[in-house]
Amino acid sequence: MYTQGLDSLGKECVHTSASDTAGLEERFQAKVDADDKIEPKDWMPDAYRQTLIRQISQHAHSEIVGMLPEGNWITRAPTLRRKAVLVAKVQDEGGHGMYLYSAAETLGISRDQMLEQLLAGTAKYSSIFNYPTLTWADIGAIGWLVDGAAIMNQIPICRCSYGPYARAMVRICKEESFHQRQGFEIMLALSRGTPEQKAMAQDALNRWWWPSIMMFGPNDGESKHTAQSMKWKIKRFTNDELRQKFIDITAPQADFLGLKIPDPALAWNESTQHYDFGTIDWSEFQSVLKGNGPCNRERLEARRKAHENGRWVREAAAAHAEKQKARAAANQAA
Amino acid sequence: MSNDWPLYEVFIRSRSGLEHKHVGSLHAADAAMAVEHARDVYTRRQEGVSIWVVRSSDIVASDPTDADALFEPARDKVYRHPTFYAIPDEVKNL
Repeated sequence: MYTQGLDSLGKECVHTSASDTAGLEERFQAKVDADDKIEPKDWMPDAYRQTLIRQISQHAHSEIVGMLPEGNWITRAPTLRRKAVLVAKVQDEGGHGMYLYSAAETLGISRDQMLEQLLAGTAKYSSIFNYPTLTWADIGAIGWLVDGAAIMNQIPICRCSYGPYARAMVRICKEESFHQRQGFEIMLALSRGTPEQKAMAQDALNRWWWPSIMMFGPNDGESKHTAQSMKWKIKRFTNDELRQKFIDITAPQADFLGLKIPDPALAWNESTQHYDFGTIDWSEFQSVLKGNGPCNRERLEARRKAHENGRWVREAAAAHAEKQKARAAANQAA
Repeated sequence: MSNDWPLYEVFIRSRSGLEHKHVGSLHAADAAMAVEHARDVYTRRQEGVSIWVVRSSDIVASDPTDADALFEPARDKVYRHPTFYAIPDEVKNL
């Protein structure tokens, strides 16, 4: 389960606070301030609704696209145990996508609309999945780092002001923690293995470290919508706060593995009681986001193919349901 | 993609003896498929021993704007709770 760029307020979400809605807005904000949940049938500002639709649907798409890089290794997992675990993890990601699509639907967008946006390439998903999984160690690195970063992002969303999203996140976070642990276990086995296996683990860390750090989204100074999202309690911590927290807990884990995080500036700072780290190359992030990552095209191709190849099944199921309904009606009439 | 499968609400009984509880929703072509999907989506970790699915469109819900009219009258009736009544400490089993 994966999130990024959670400050996704679009520019078309213009606040329309006409005088008649001012009272409603005030009551809405008072409810949010009191840590009350907003539920689907409650009044909410249009910009709040649009922000949530965008954020939850992107989150759902990320789960679904996230199945692809890991699915790539199911047939080549090194043992039956690893294979069973990976199948379970990938199935979880599919389930998480379903919880999130359902939560988004409560805001008035249909499942079909969301799928269309994904397949048309107009919806975003976490850009981390546009990197390839070249070796088995990548499956370890994804679980440890990518799921680790996602959990850091997601735990605060369990307290999000929108009820259906918060409830979906509670479920997801519960299921997520095995994902990170199985990833770390893979890294541990490799780093305690042969020199070649350890080198493979190091190589995976080298390639996944910076993209994982970027999953927390732009630096606070660049993040335009953080303030509004925090006021609405969709977001509870800033991108930089979460990123720092993630680095602080992950650096000692890398030490334990005997692996080196690919950042020469990474060092414990006694005075701040945090790790210092190097400057992030945002130009790479932007480029992947724009569609120029190593696998952007391949990922969407795979989704489109899956959708097309499944069409006859969906049509057959719908036809069967129709037939059953007609038969039941005929029986009742007789 | 125009014919969206209908939405079903899913209720799971987590253990025998407990009530079915709403856990979420999903799309399915018909009720039988909804039960199969609910099993895959909501019971991957032994969360249930029984599943109910109900077409979402068949649920009738109260209107949030009626909440005050519906629920406010109960607010000042604290005498419906046992803690409202002061009973001397010496009196047992009450």
